[in-house]
Amino acid sequence: MAHDTHTDINAFDVSDRPSIFNPWRWLNSTNHKDIGTMYLIFAIIAGLIGGGMSGLMRWELMEPGIQVFNGGLWGNEHNYLVVMTLHGLIMIFFMVMPALIGGFGNWFVPILIGAPDMAFPRMNNISFWLMPASLGLAVLSTFVDGGPGNGFGGGWVLYPPLSTSGHAGPSMDLLILSLHIAGISSILGSINFITTILNMRAPGMTMFKMPLFVWSVFVTVWLLVLSLPVLAGALTMLLTDRNFGTGFFDPAQGGDPIMFQHLFWFFGHPEVYILILPGFGIISHIVSTFSRKPVFGYTPMVLAMVAIGFVGFIVWAHHMYTVGMNVNLKAYFVAATMIIAVPTGIKIFSWIATMWGGSIRFTVPMMWAIGFIFVFTVGGVTGVVLANAGVDTAMHDTYYVVAHFHYTMSLGAVFTIFAGFYYWLPKMSGYKYNGFLGGLHFFITFVGVNLIFFPQHFLGLQGMPRRYVDYADQFEYWHKISTYGYMVTVVGVIVFLVMLAECFLVKRKAGANPWGDGADTLEWTLSSPPPFHQFSEPPVLVEDEKDHH
Amino acid sequence: MNKNTKIAIIATVAPILMFGAAFAGVPLYKLFCEKTGYGGTTTIARKNADGVSDKIVHVSFDSNVMPDVKWEFKPNQNNLDVKLGQNVLAFYTIKNTSDKPVTAIAEYNVAPHKAAIYFQKLECFCFTNQTLQPGQSLELPVLFFVDKRIADDATTKDVKDLTLSYTFMLVKPKKDASVEVKTKTKS
Repeated sequence: MAHDTHTDINAFDVSDRPSIFNPWRWLNSTNHKDIGTMYLIFAIIAGLIGGGMSGLMRWELMEPGIQVFNGGLWGNEHNYLVVMTLHGLIMIFFMVMPALIGGFGNWFVPILIGAPDMAFPRMNNISFWLMPASLGLAVLSTFVDGGPGNGFGGGWVLYPPLSTSGHAGPSMDLLILSLHIAGISSILGSINFITTILNMRAPGMTMFKMPLFVWSVFVTVWLLVLSLPVLAGALTMLLTDRNFGTGFFDPAQGGDPIMFQHLFWFFGHPEVYILILPGFGIISHIVSTFSRKPVFGYTPMVLAMVAIGFVGFIVWAHHMYTVGMNVNLKAYFVAATMIIAVPTGIKIFSWIATMWGGSIRFTVPMMWAIGFIFVFTVGGVTGVVLANAGVDTAMHDTYYVVAHFHYTMSLGAVFTIFAGFYYWLPKMSGYKYNGFLGGLHFFITFVGVNLIFFPQHFLGLQGMPRRYVDYADQFEYWHKISTYGYMVTVVGVIVFLVMLAECFLVKRKAGANPWGDGADTLEWTLSSPPPFHQFSEPPVLVEDEKDHH
Repeated sequence: MNKNTKIAIIATVAPILMFGAAFAGVPLYKLFCEKTGYGGTTTIARKNADGVSDKIVHVSFDSNVMPDVKWEFKPNQNNLDVKLGQNVLAFYTIKNTSDKPVTAIAEYNVAPHKAAIYFQKLECFCFTNQTLQPGQSLELPVLFFVDKRIADDATTKDVKDLTLSYTFMLVKPKKDASVEVKTKTKS
């Protein structure tokens, strides 16, 4: 729907905005836009750390033998595993989630539903400020004794006994505390979003008139509320197994390490949809805006997200086909997993149908969105391959799996983040960016990441196991190509940073709606950047026949 | 009550329930494994009442010890041909090769896992802790039968070979548990 609003009443003087150099503005912030900005900056910093870690891994894997983790500056083979573990945790908990949910969610959910702020602004503040504490503990854990060496090197899945008796040192305890804090932050944030979305919509905005990004965040935060506590439970059991003599996962005391895997993946599978669903919402906005058409099939798009969220809870054991489960159970998990391809396919086809016959503009966000549709489809196809228990028995823990989830996450989710960033940057900053630099960033990144991860399919099919610091000579060729891809991607990151600097130095005024026709959601009715406090009077929504965003 | 508070309370109850559900999963998971033989959990039977069939399965015996249990642990027979429904007595021998008394308990499972539900134990040394003085050795009995229904079940009638596997794990004295962790941390 289009929202013709009367924003005059909201046209605050810009001077009501405190100086950005005032630390209290940030430390004590209760403003959803400031908190969103902090989340985005936090995500960029975490992304640079996590991306640097993948650089260390690609450097090591460029050739067989031990080059980087050879006992010198970067430590030994154990430290490779520590870097790999932290890369996963940082990218998931401190990059993608803060960017999509904390960053874009905080910035645009209140605006898109015509609310003045989040329902609990002070809780929003603590949700954010728990995150740097959590990241600090995670980074700190790499510098203290883990048992086999400094840091925890058991992978982001934290399976016992490697995370219990295998890493007896305090490093793992720091990591558990870090994840507990990140979990509390996310749950508080989720409660805030649920309340905001249910109670603070502008008059006339029914649930099924909400923009799709709001729906995507709504589904995501329910997944968080229902799945994160299970991780918290499993982490607590790890903590007591480690420190207080319980035996939840210790066979000698009647426990079972496999149970941890069930608990972990009961959280872990919804988690991957948590990472991608908000991105789905962003892509819907962008594809619709730059096709100048409403999204094809609004209601099916909403229901598809709800279905993905629901089915995401009942497929977890496809991550653990090799633990020796009963063939009938495997058959169930194969079928349930493949069913997810249906709602996901509905979304992909609806985006294509939205573009079909539209007057398409290939702006920077649109390039990222179309790039996303491509890479996510590749990741989805390999997902259907891996869903087969028989095939997965051969592929389990190979680079094929690594390629699969990086196509959905590292390419998929990250492309949605960049798409959203380029879509909303003029709105958030008030400045237009240089379209050439944005486009260059896209093309370099697109080539780079595909060069990194497409060869990893071949490595996996050849039998290259994941989480290994070294490999047999026959894997060298594709590993080398993959590392070249990383080098290309680094150039892309530099272009991104140059683009950002250029945007804030040159200061081209963006105006309320830099995208023109097609950008018809509420954020484009406000000035750029929006007033410090918007919609103190709820906006008046005008139903428009042709638009249904 | 403020309408925001009401929704916030509902949205807070959900994670609390899920946190509880994670812990409720512990006994439920154990129950599920025992009822279904999931993961190779064998069944503990009170008596064998179904009679004997002529069909034969080949049972192999496997033995393992965790690295921190300094024991020799071997089956007295590597394998046996067993009639379905027949009560079979098999023996293992353990010997403490360390110079300290050691208490350990045997964990067990059956491969292929899908047939574990039909592997019924009447008596087993693995039900209790075993303590051996330095140098002491002991013969350990296990009394079991393979349920006749294994041959009727569509998913298990192809099973002709079963492996019974034991692993001895160190039983730590409860009061030392925290001390144990502290010393490990220092190393």
